[in-house]
Amino acid sequence: MRSRSGRFSFIEFVIFVAVTFAVFCLCVCIGSVSIPLTDTLSVIWDGVRYHLGRLGMAVIQVVSGSGAEAVGGAGTVPGGVSATVESTGAVISGGNGVLASWLAAKPEGLQASIILSVRLPRVLCVAMTGAALALAGGAMQGLLKNPLADGSTLGVSSGAALGAVIAIAFGVRFPGLPFAGTMVMAILFAFLSLVLILTLAYRLDYSLATNTIILIGVIFSMFVSSLMNIIVTFAADRIQHITFWTMGSLQGASYQNALVLLGVLMLCGGMILRRAQELNAFAIGEDNARHIGVDVRRVKLVILIMVSGLIGVCVSIGGSIGFVGLVTPHIVRMLVGPNHRRLLPASLFGGAVFLMLADLAARTLLNPIELPIGVVTSLVGAVVFVVIFYRSRRRS
Amino acid sequence: MLQVNDLTVRYGDLTIVDHLSFTVEEGQWLMIVGPNGAGKSTTLDAITQGTAYAGQVLFEGEDMKKKKAAERARCVGVLMQNHFAEYAFSVEEVVALGRYSCAGVRSRARWYAGSEIGFEGEFAGTAGGTDVRIGKKPDIGTKKKFGAFTEKRPGVRTKENVGLAQKSRRESGLHAEKHTGRSNEDEQAVENALALTGMSSQRKQSILTLSGGELQRTFLAQVFAQDPKLLLLDEPTNHLDLVYQKQVFELIEKWLQTPGRAVISVVHDLSLAKAYGTKVLLMNRGRKVACGPAVEVLVPEHLDPVYQMNVSGWMRQMLGQWGG
Repeated sequence: MRSRSGRFSFIEFVIFVAVTFAVFCLCVCIGSVSIPLTDTLSVIWDGVRYHLGRLGMAVIQVVSGSGAEAVGGAGTVPGGVSATVESTGAVISGGNGVLASWLAAKPEGLQASIILSVRLPRVLCVAMTGAALALAGGAMQGLLKNPLADGSTLGVSSGAALGAVIAIAFGVRFPGLPFAGTMVMAILFAFLSLVLILTLAYRLDYSLATNTIILIGVIFSMFVSSLMNIIVTFAADRIQHITFWTMGSLQGASYQNALVLLGVLMLCGGMILRRAQELNAFAIGEDNARHIGVDVRRVKLVILIMVSGLIGVCVSIGGSIGFVGLVTPHIVRMLVGPNHRRLLPASLFGGAVFLMLADLAARTLLNPIELPIGVVTSLVGAVVFVVIFYRSRRRS
Repeated sequence: MLQVNDLTVRYGDLTIVDHLSFTVEEGQWLMIVGPNGAGKSTTLDAITQGTAYAGQVLFEGEDMKKKKAAERARCVGVLMQNHFAEYAFSVEEVVALGRYSCAGVRSRARWYAGSEIGFEGEFAGTAGGTDVRIGKKPDIGTKKKFGAFTEKRPGVRTKENVGLAQKSRRESGLHAEKHTGRSNEDEQAVENALALTGMSSQRKQSILTLSGGELQRTFLAQVFAQDPKLLLLDEPTNHLDLVYQKQVFELIEKWLQTPGRAVISVVHDLSLAKAYGTKVLLMNRGRKVACGPAVEVLVPEHLDPVYQMNVSGWMRQMLGQWGG
């Protein structure tokens, strides 16, 4: 069922959310210790209620505290003040009572700690990383009118990883923000590599043929990885896990990371989703986009910055996880068509599902050994890459 | 309508267009002819701001450089010679993109006046030989609906008037409207463009499966939906067989009959230039050789030195083979 404006209907969105949520629950349940679905859900529900309760109480305390202060400052009659304080006290205790009655205590036990402090943040981060990478890939494939464009094939992810490694090796830090240094450097390097790669590509071949892009991506990735190895040789004490930056892993992901990912998804992802129509124009042809009135330079710059933001944050949190942005939009395009009004939102959900499943496979296939997640995505991605390349070559 | 003053385009040391000046008035069809490398296509690129240039390009007295991209597209539309489709967009999606610059802009009766010519059926007939899928006549009812639409009086609170008021309110935030869905008017323009080019029956088809002629007609429909005042064509029938060449040129001739429009096209075929052009610009090595009515420009004194051969003699020789 395709609406005239090319958007998804409400029901289609509900289906996407339901599928994503189902996979999400599955991934939280299954692992080295598998926990029944009902237990998992109840632990998560209790955890949410517990934290909501704490938040609620904090809010009440802040509100009532400032209220009492205001009354105390303004009140001149002692009796009146004490009466007000008493009444606010009653409100506080009453509020606490109400909250306590329907909010759960902090979930305890082994299961709860596995779910709440290990799996939930990890799966959340995996889902949002997948969504962000898929969206970035979809946007680039539209912008460059090339189905093989992606952070990993172009070398943008490697560039971002280089930025992160430099930040760690030379200790680039922002006071007060623990991982802002790596993140900012990763975003900056992602953008710089995109600009560099595209400038080179446009110089060599204005039409941005598939071969040119792949060639430049490969060369750039090799160049960057050698730079990275040089840095690691000199700063081996600071960067022990080079594989983290080359293969990617979300093993130690935290709620903080999830929050950052959510923020960047809302900001950069939102900006990209708003440009769906412009991306359609680019996907038909850049010259054609200019002729129908798209501000080509500006849109391109905005999309490239937003894509760098998404990829940079993903790399700084999970290392460079390849091929997610290549595989997901490709499969999604087969399902919903090339219109970016449908492709981009569907890629969000598709990327989340794909990476969650890949992460599940990485965790469970060779249990108790855990594979880097990038190994799984690259295994799938390389095959899809060959399929796309073969098809596009045959067509031309 | 369009005034090009002292246009110069250089790539490095190479001068592609050299101090070129010409004008195009309403109702004119300017044919730019000349040998390969004369700077014809580059001139079109400069008009659409696709390349850096020195000199001036004025559209109705306003500098094209100072217009925003969407404003430019409201004035000038382009049909290119080649289209390489990569993704399976439908014909309708491609045509609807033509409305990108005008979504939310007030209704223009001009477009609908243009569609009253009523040659859709004729077109479908000529296409029948090569493409059996065309043949469905466009829905005439949509036109009637629009007639009622324009006659609506302000102040009467009908459903349509409320819609109009909402639309004009949205127009104040034109930028926001640009990104959102299509209005009725856009739907109408897309419908008409599809009907004009005979692509209505293939609207859902993927552009990857179209023939060269169908693809060109799809993009012609897109530029018709865009509804510019000046249409630029860069060798629009280069890869098309004779039937499609005739169709495309006849379509554009009909499009031009509506007042307030003009066409500039680059062509290689001098006979086409002579047959359809109301004005011809002959270029060589970036310079203007001659500009004026076809009968004055396409004469041996101008053509033979430019092409370095006896052009009219060769043309006559070619035509002579057909007898009569």
